Amino acid sequence: MELLSGAEMVVRALRDEGVKFIYGYPGGALLHIYDAIFTQDDVEHILVRHEQAATHMADAYARATGKAGVALVTSGPGATNAVTGIATAYMDSIPMVVLTGQVMSHLIGEDAFQETDMIGVSRPIVKHSFSVQRPEDIPEIIKKAFHIAESGRPGPVVVDIPKDMTTPTERYEYEYPKSVKMRSYNPISKGHSGQIKKAVDMLLAAKRPVIYAGGGVIMGDASKELIALAKELGCPVTNTLMGLGGFPGTDPQFIGMLGMHGSYEANMAMHHSDMILAVGARFDDRVTNGTDKFCPTAKIVHIDIDPASISKTIKADVPIVGPAQAVLKEMLEQLQAAKSTPSAESLKTWWEQIEEWRGRHGGRYKTDDSKQMKPQQVIEMLSKVTNGDAYVCSDVGQHQMFAAQYYKFNKPNRWINSGGLGTMGFGLPAAMGVKLNFPEEEVVCVTGEGSIQMNIQELSTISQYGIPVKVICLNNQSLGMVRQWQDMNYESRHSQSYMQSLPDFVKLVESYGHVGIKVERYEDLEGAMREAFAMKDRMVFMDIAVDPFEHVYPMQVPRGSMRDMWLSKTERT
Amino acid sequence: MRHIISVLMENEPGALSRVVGLFSQRNFNIESLTVAPTEDETLSRLTVTTIGDDRVVEQITKQLNKLIDIVKVVDLTEGDHLERELMMIKMKANNGTVRAEIKRTTDIFRGTIIDVTPNTFTVQLVGASSKLDAFIEALGTSNIMEVVRSGVSGIARGEKVLSV
Repeated sequence: MELLSGAEMVVRALRDEGVKFIYGYPGGALLHIYDAIFTQDDVEHILVRHEQAATHMADAYARATGKAGVALVTSGPGATNAVTGIATAYMDSIPMVVLTGQVMSHLIGEDAFQETDMIGVSRPIVKHSFSVQRPEDIPEIIKKAFHIAESGRPGPVVVDIPKDMTTPTERYEYEYPKSVKMRSYNPISKGHSGQIKKAVDMLLAAKRPVIYAGGGVIMGDASKELIALAKELGCPVTNTLMGLGGFPGTDPQFIGMLGMHGSYEANMAMHHSDMILAVGARFDDRVTNGTDKFCPTAKIVHIDIDPASISKTIKADVPIVGPAQAVLKEMLEQLQAAKSTPSAESLKTWWEQIEEWRGRHGGRYKTDDSKQMKPQQVIEMLSKVTNGDAYVCSDVGQHQMFAAQYYKFNKPNRWINSGGLGTMGFGLPAAMGVKLNFPEEEVVCVTGEGSIQMNIQELSTISQYGIPVKVICLNNQSLGMVRQWQDMNYESRHSQSYMQSLPDFVKLVESYGHVGIKVERYEDLEGAMREAFAMKDRMVFMDIAVDPFEHVYPMQVPRGSMRDMWLSKTERT
Repeated sequence: MRHIISVLMENEPGALSRVVGLFSQRNFNIESLTVAPTEDETLSRLTVTTIGDDRVVEQITKQLNKLIDIVKVVDLTEGDHLERELMMIKMKANNGTVRAEIKRTTDIFRGTIIDVTPNTFTVQLVGASSKLDAFIEALGTSNIMEVVRSGVSGIARGEKVLSV
């Protein structure tokens, strides 16, 4: 058996796990590991400019592939800089392994240089964490970290490695475990057939059914099964922000996103439905609005891999614990074997109602009262120019909601955004993480002039590795979503939501060696965008001036029911 | 309602802090908490008493079950169970009347006087938390100098066992 140092074992274990890229930043506690990285070619290290970006790159890779991304950060500030990225992954149930350096074991607890109790700091935002106590445990710990991160309800796992665990002169027998068994962790592999039967009976009897599908369909690789089930039932499908792409955005059965900025028809359909089939979604506050007024006539079937997500905020009539893919598959089989079918007549009436709702709002926005470009127009153009096929990595704010509403996602794993935590600064590193792994695909970062400046230093990483992402910056010269809330709830007192002293983004990106394009008129948009996407091997930043006063609609009225919405600045349901 | 939740968990560093952290992170209440190794040195047994409605307690048990270090969780109050808590209580006992009163009450509650000085008695009492509360109430707080309670430990009645 081969003898390896702890540092070499870390790198070898990553190789044996099939890891191609790791994203990180060196520091004192990691020097042994970085030396081990230097002497091999299997695992490529991407040097970021801030540790937060490393975690977002790893995270986005995971969102695009379902496999855990890996970040490597040093102790102390390196680790704390990674905290936002770990929390981002945790809130969206994204598999990630974060290796953090730690001071030497004998210094732990002595407030040593660059010491932080990372196990303690990260505890509420990880699925699990390990602290390496003996170098010979490294292979097993790393195997367990990947197993835990990727199985069950996925999530980030931190492995804290004191520097003396990686000493180059101390060598141990290395063997990477093929599998791990943990008596306290046994993720469920299928749903309860009896419960599925109950759900099928309810679906067959329902008159106004809706499928409400979330991120669990994406991470659970259940898009195919969801489409098949929806086709069998003929019912409307709505996606959460995290679930977009799980059901094709251009399919007539798709009624849009639901929730705070959901479509009129999706929120109306939810409110009036008599049967909601929730798949891999968690009834969070941005979906349900006031829980006491939530969907008063609906029976709820809730499929989730995490029992704690079921009946947490909204009580499920039929809970089904299991992976979305396996449960939907069995549900479809039972449905096809059933003697009856859903009532065609009820379904027809239900669709007539939904079409009426769709006709009433249907995502329309006004373009005539202002010469300025509307952000919605930019996203619709992006959807057109990229055929709805691009990986769209979003930052957080109005642009994120516009992208969710107006980009037609036809495939899963292509809409990559920080849904749960709402992390500004996520978009650019996320796009980088995806592009590195899918060099042939179009990868776009949709952002605003606020969010982009939260991780803009990564323009330098893009130069170093030549990562030709396209940035679509909806520049409204303000923190748009904050301003919108201030307009609606604080009599337009725009406290600190105005971005003074914006840089000249074109010059800025040019200084990093990239291409900048400024667009101010809608007539120029399509040409400029096509020009940008034609530059296959260049990073292009499109600084697009949009209407600073535009709001995102529909917007649910706080603490109301699903159907209580503002549809424009003056119109309410 | 008060619940006694019993947890079997890996005897690993950090396991306890994950449990305690979970309670504060999710705004669950802890009335008492005890933890110690079991006959199997790889396992610790933790008992937590909490107050909450059914929805909250359901969340507590589900969230506990999600922690990787936790092997098994049971809400003992769902079935017949035994609960015991140990209390040591130090009291002023500086005259004959008080000493006699404490001795008598201790006997009634089947406690034991485990330490005596000219001015103090220290009494040990074991029982359900409500019995310990009743003992304090019976003696009145004016003579109490110090109270230390172990927190509740519980076990199911009959043949039901919590084990791997």
